Amino acid sequence: MHQDTIAAVATAVGEAGIAIVRVSGGDAYQIGDRLFSPVKGGTLQDTPGYRIRYGHIRDPESGKAVDEVLAAVMRAPRSFTGENVLEIHCHGGPKVTQRILELFLQSGARMAEAGEFTKRAFINGRLDLSQAEAVIDVVRSRTDSSLDVAVQQLEGSLRRRIDSFRERLLDLVVRVEASIDFPEEDIPDVELGEMQTIISSVRSEIQQLIDTADDGKILREGFKTVITGKPNVGKSSLLNRLLDEKRALVTEVPGTTRDVIEEVVNVRGIPMRVLDTAGIRSTTDVVERLGVERARDLWREADIIIHVLDASIPLTEEDWDILDATENHKRVIVVNKIDLPRSWPLEDLPLDSSTKLVEMSLLEGNLEPLLDTIVQLVHGGMRLRTEEALVTRTRHKQALAEAEDDLRQAQQTLDDGLPVDLIAVGLQGALEHLGEITGETVRDTVLERIFAQFCIGK
Amino acid sequence: MFPKNEHYNMIVVGAGHAGSEAALAGARMGARVLLLTTTLDAVALMPCNPSVGGPAKANLVREIDALGGEMAKNVDATLMQLRMLNTRKGPAVRALRAQSDRKLYQQRMKLTLESTDNLYVKEALVTDLLVQGSSVRGVKVADGSEIFGDTVVLATGTYLRAVIYIGDYRDSSGPQGLKPANALGENLGKYVATARFKTGTPPRVHLRSVDVSQLDIQPGNFFKGGFSFETASVESRQLPCWLAYTNEETHRIVAENLDKAAIFTGAISGTGPRYCPSIESKVAQFPDRRGHQVFLEPEGWNTYEGYLSGLSSSLPAPVQLRILQSMKGFEDCEMLRPGYAIEYDCIDPLALHPTLQVKGFQGLYCAGQVNGTSGYEEAAGQGLLAGANAIRELRGQEPVVLRRSQAYLGVLIDDLVTKGTNEPYRMMTSRAEHRLVLRLDNADRRLAHIGRELGLVSEQRYDRCAKKWSAIERLCSSLESQQVRPGRETNELLQRSGSAPLQRPASVADLLRRPELDFWSLAPLHGQYEVEQQTAEQVEVEIKYSGYIEKQQRAIDRMERMENRSLEDVDFADVRGLSREAQEKLQQVRPRSVGQASRIAGVSPADVNVLLVYLAQRSKRRSYSEQ
Ligand SMILES: Nc1nc2c(ncn2[C@@H]2O[C@H](COP(=O)(O)OP(=O)(O)O)[C@@H](O)[C@H]2O)c(=O)[nH]1
Repeated sequence: MHQDTIAAVATAVGEAGIAIVRVSGGDAYQIGDRLFSPVKGGTLQDTPGYRIRYGHIRDPESGKAVDEVLAAVMRAPRSFTGENVLEIHCHGGPKVTQRILELFLQSGARMAEAGEFTKRAFINGRLDLSQAEAVIDVVRSRTDSSLDVAVQQLEGSLRRRIDSFRERLLDLVVRVEASIDFPEEDIPDVELGEMQTIISSVRSEIQQLIDTADDGKILREGFKTVITGKPNVGKSSLLNRLLDEKRALVTEVPGTTRDVIEEVVNVRGIPMRVLDTAGIRSTTDVVERLGVERARDLWREADIIIHVLDASIPLTEEDWDILDATENHKRVIVVNKIDLPRSWPLEDLPLDSSTKLVEMSLLEGNLEPLLDTIVQLVHGGMRLRTEEALVTRTRHKQALAEAEDDLRQAQQTLDDGLPVDLIAVGLQGALEHLGEITGETVRDTVLERIFAQFCIGK
Repeated sequence: MFPKNEHYNMIVVGAGHAGSEAALAGARMGARVLLLTTTLDAVALMPCNPSVGGPAKANLVREIDALGGEMAKNVDATLMQLRMLNTRKGPAVRALRAQSDRKLYQQRMKLTLESTDNLYVKEALVTDLLVQGSSVRGVKVADGSEIFGDTVVLATGTYLRAVIYIGDYRDSSGPQGLKPANALGENLGKYVATARFKTGTPPRVHLRSVDVSQLDIQPGNFFKGGFSFETASVESRQLPCWLAYTNEETHRIVAENLDKAAIFTGAISGTGPRYCPSIESKVAQFPDRRGHQVFLEPEGWNTYEGYLSGLSSSLPAPVQLRILQSMKGFEDCEMLRPGYAIEYDCIDPLALHPTLQVKGFQGLYCAGQVNGTSGYEEAAGQGLLAGANAIRELRGQEPVVLRRSQAYLGVLIDDLVTKGTNEPYRMMTSRAEHRLVLRLDNADRRLAHIGRELGLVSEQRYDRCAKKWSAIERLCSSLESQQVRPGRETNELLQRSGSAPLQRPASVADLLRRPELDFWSLAPLHGQYEVEQQTAEQVEVEIKYSGYIEKQQRAIDRMERMENRSLEDVDFADVRGLSREAQEKLQQVRPRSVGQASRIAGVSPADVNVLLVYLAQRSKRRSYSEQ
C-alpha cells in the first residue's frame, strides 16, 4: 500500500526552544533533500537510519537559509510510523517552524490529518495495543500539538504528580493494612493525626490538578470560535483565508444542530474549531439566519468570538447590537478593509479586558497578527503550559474527581471516629482511581510493600 | 489391604487438612471415598503451631463451616485458648484466633473420618497416578498395587520430595520426621508443571525450663461461640501464651552464624514465604531492629512441650540453643526439638481450573499446600471444594466456583489460578477487594445456601441460618422505620452516652449510626431487650456501616458485570490486537471471564478493551449470521 508523504509540526504550543517538523512517507527523504543542506555534504537519501545530521533548511526559490536545524533520519520500518520518517528539529520560534512546514508542503508533502501519524503507526503495526488508549485519543485529537500532550502527559509531569499522590497514600495504606493483617506482630498503629494530614494534603493537591483540566481540554479538544458580523464585512473572506492557508483539516465535524457545521483550523498548534453556520460563506449572517436568540446561544457556547467590522463604512445599529451582546465575552474585533479609506475612528470602539483589537485587510494583509492575537487570548487565562502537568482527558479528570471524593469520605470516616477498616475503604478507593490513570493495580503493590517494610512472621 | 477390582468414586491422597475435608465432603455427598495417608498417626497434623484463625484465616474457617466442612467444629472442640484480634479496627477485620491441642485436634479429626459412612481411611504411600488418555483412573501405591477411582484429589501437603535442613544437616524427610513422598513427587512432573517451595519451623522447648514469670502473659478471652455457627459454647478453661523478645545478644549470635544457616548456605533452592521469615532472615533484613517478638505457646493440655512462634530457624541445633538461652526467661531453657527448614515440590497453580481440577485431566484435582499455598485454613478450604467438585464432575453437575465478592475462599482460588504464586500463598484481608462484605459474622449468610446445594449442610441447619438472618433483617428494617422525637427523655439518654441532643425526629437506625451509640444504649428507645447478643451485634454492623457496605456492593455489581462476560469459548490466538504478553498469558491461564482476565499480570486495561471489542464484534457477527 503506497502512502503519500505527510508533514506537520509535532511540538506543543508555548514550548520554548526546539520545535519539530515531522515528515513521514515514502518520499520523505527526496522532499527533504530539496530543502535541507547538510553542513558536511551528502544527502538525506544516503543517510542510514537512526542518524542525525546538522545543516540548514533553505528556501529552494531564494536559496536563503530559513533556519539552522538538526535532521533526524529514521528509516522504515524502524520508525514511529513504520514508514520513512524525517524530523527537522528547529529552534527559530513558531514563525520559522511554520515556514519550514510550509516549505515541505510546497515541496510535495501533504499536511497531515489529525492523528494521522499515529494512525499510520497503528496500521503499520508499530503501536501495540497497550498504547491503544492513547491511540483512541490521538486519532480523535485534532492537531499534532494536542497529540503530543496526550503522549507526553503520561510520561511527563502528570505521571509524576499522580505517582506522588499514590506514593503517599500507598505508604499510609501499607501501614494500615500491615497492622490489620498482622495484629500479633509489633506493628505500630498509624496515628490518626498523621492520617488526617496526609489525606487532606493529597486531597487538596488532587483538587488543584483537577482545576487544570479545563486548560488541558482546550489543548486537546480545541477552542470553539464563532465568526460574526453583519453582512459583507468580510466573514467568509476570513474563513476562506484561514482555510486556504492549509491549516485546515479535512474533517468537517457535524455540529450540535443541523444548521451548524464545524471546521477545524490549526492555529499555532491549537485546534481552532470554527462553528460555521454555513451562513458565513453564503454571506448570510448567523443572526439573520438563526435569529438573535439562537445566535446568542452559539456565542455562549463559543470560547472566542471574532467580530468582523468594516472600517470603510460607518458603524450601524446592527454592529452596535452585536458589540453590546458580546460584551464581556472573550472576543477579537477585526477591523477589516483598512486598505480602503477609514470612515470611523478606532476610539469609537468599547474596549474591555476581554476584548482584543486587530486592524487588517483580509484582502491583502498578513494573517499572522490576527493568529497571534487569537492564541494570546486563548492562552491568556491558562495557568499551565504543556511541559507542566495537564489533565487533558475527561477520563483522567473523572478518575481524579473520584479519587478526591474517596478521600473526602475517608476524612469524614476519620472525623466520625469510625474504625480503621472503614477509613481504608476510602483510601483504597482513591488509590484504585489513581491507578486507573497510570494503569497500576493496588493490591499486589500493597502486599509487596508490607513484606518489604515490616518484619512479619511466626 | 486393597482387594482387586475394588473401586472408589474418589481417592484422596494425603490426610492433612485439605485431604480430610476433601474426603469428608465426598463421603458426605454420598460417594465412596478412599483416603490414603503415609501414616495414620499423622492425620490432620499441624506441623507448625497449633493455631487456627487470625485475620482472613478466621473468615476462611467460618466459610468452610458455612459450606459444611469440619475444621471449625474440630477447632472448637479441641481449643486451649481463644482470642478475638483487631477488635478496635473494625467489623470487617475482627479476627478469631484459637490455639488447639495438637494431639486432640488430630484425634478428633481422625475419629470423624473413621465414623463417616462411605469413607475408608487407609495407610499407603502413593507413588504415581493411573492415567488413561486424559482421564485419571486411580493411583499406584508403593507395593505396586493399583487402586481404581473415578476421581483423584491430590492433597499431598509438603511431602513431595521433601527435604529438611538444620544447619548443614540435610535429610530426605517430611515434617517431624515423617516419610516423604519421593516417587509421587518425581512422577507428578509428567502431568503438571512443578515448583519448589520452602518453609520453616521454630525449635520446641520444655515449658518447665522457661521462667515464664519473666515474660508477659497473654491470657485468652472467653467467647460463648467459637468458629462454627453450630457451636453453642466452647471450653472455658484456657491456657495462656507468653510473649518474649529477642535482644541484641540474640541477634549477634544469629549474625555470627548466618553462614551456617541452611537458607544462606545455598543448599536450599526453594522460595520461602515472606510473611514467615526465619530468625536469620529477620536479622539479615532488619539489622536495625533491637528485638523481635516471640510467642511461647503450649502445644497441648497433656504435654510440657512449648512452641516458639517467631523463631523459625534452620541454623545448626547448638546455635539454636544459644539463641534460645540468650532470651530473657530462657537462660536455662531446654530445647526439645530444633527448628528446621523444609523444602518440597508443589504444582504451578496456573495449571488448575478454578474448580481445582488440573487442566487437561478429567477427574484429577489438587488441593492444599501442593497448590502452593500455606496454612491449614487455606488448605482445608481448597480440600472441601476440590472434593465436592470432583464428585460433582462425576455426577455431571455444575462445579462450584466461589466469586471474589462471595468468600475469601473465592479470592484465594481466583488468585491462585489467575496469577499463580511465587511463594507459599497465605490469605490476608488485604487480598480481598470487598472485605466489608466478607465478614466473619456473615459467612453463613454468604455461603450456607451453597453448602445446602452441595448436600453438606442439612435442611435443618440451613433453616436455622435463614431464620436468623430474616430476623436480623426484620430488626434492621424496624429500627430504620421506628421514629424518635426530640424530647427531654430522649436527649437525656443521648447525653448519658456522650451524644448530641436530637434536633428533629430521626429513626433509631439514624441514632445507631452515631459512632458513640450502640444497640444496647438505645434499648430504652427501641425496646428490644430480648434480642440475643449475636443478633444485636449483627444488626449494629448492618446499620452502622450500611453506607460503606452499600458502596462496596455497588463496586461488586460493577465487577460482576465483567465477571459475567464469559470468555469460555474464546480462542485467544484469534483475538487480534492483544499485546504478545497478554496473548501468551491468556492462552496459559484461559480465564473464564473478562473479569478474571483483567486480573492476570501482563493483561493491561487496553488488552481488556480489546477483549470487550472482540466479544462485541463476535456477537454482532453472530446476530448477522442468524438472520
Ligand atoms: N477592499 C477590501 N475588500 C474586502 C476585504 N475583505 C473582504 N472584502 C470584500 O468584501 C466583500 C464581502 O466579503 P465577504 O467575506 O463575502 O463578507 P461576509 O458577508 O461578511 O461574509 C467581498 O466582495 C470581499 O471581496 C478587505 O480587506 N478589503
